Amino acid sequence: MNRWVFVIAAYAIALVATLVLVGWSYAAMRRAERDAEALRTRQ
Amino acid sequence: MHILANPARFLKIARPLTPWLGWGGALLAALALADGLFVAPPDYLQGDSVRIIYLHVPAAWLGMAGWAGIAVASLMQIVWRHPLAAVAARAIAVPGAVFTALCLATGSLWGRPTWGTYWQWDGRMTSMLVLLFLYIGYLALGEADRERGGEGRITAIFGLVGAINLPIIHYSVLWWRTLHQGESIGLTGSTIAAPMLWPLLVSVLGFSLLFGAVVLMRMRAMLARQKVEARLRRQAA
Repeated sequence: MNRWVFVIAAYAIALVATLVLVGWSYAAMRRAERDAEALRTRQ
Repeated sequence: MHILANPARFLKIARPLTPWLGWGGALLAALALADGLFVAPPDYLQGDSVRIIYLHVPAAWLGMAGWAGIAVASLMQIVWRHPLAAVAARAIAVPGAVFTALCLATGSLWGRPTWGTYWQWDGRMTSMLVLLFLYIGYLALGEADRERGGEGRITAIFGLVGAINLPIIHYSVLWWRTLHQGESIGLTGSTIAAPMLWPLLVSVLGFSLLFGAVVLMRMRAMLARQKVEARLRRQAA
């Protein structure tokens, strides 16, 4: 059994999940703070 | 903790802290994973599949630490009614669930070449699966409570009660001596050789900083949305 197949699969899953989590959180934060700022400046 | 209960004061600290945690965590995690993949030696029994521990251990630690954070924030919400406590608990839930799922997935991928199976109803694995279900239940309950306009007290009680699973996970390898190995890192020392231990500790630190950055980003997003909703309500009134 080639153990590297399991190692590469684990690293791929973990890296993709972490990148999606960080990217999604960052995009949501930027969007929410932009909306709040836009509403504040409009008033 | 009480000092950070003020949202304005919290944001003043969180804004500069977020990129430091994010970039610092990414750098440390990348260095540790590169070391774990290409520099650290293979284990004499497990061979190269031991390299999965550089992901599995941080994921397990963050899954459990995440729920501990939810329990502390829930207690603060119930006892002191801190305005930020509910926001913090909600912000922790998603990354906590993601890292718990990653712990189960990477553990399963480690188990197949090492134990010959992807899954066993072993005490440690089953209690981690229960933790994932608790996270999913917590997220669903929180969403339902918010839709009904609740204050999140039921969700906080759930967060507090769910913490009973943490000592069960920790002691599961002692109570039920089934498949999962006992702890290799304790408060007084470790049975792991130094060339394997150092990248593991750096990986735990790096992923913890990334986790902190994600929690801060989610808290900032929630606070900004609350501000927008409050302004729109004031305009409508």
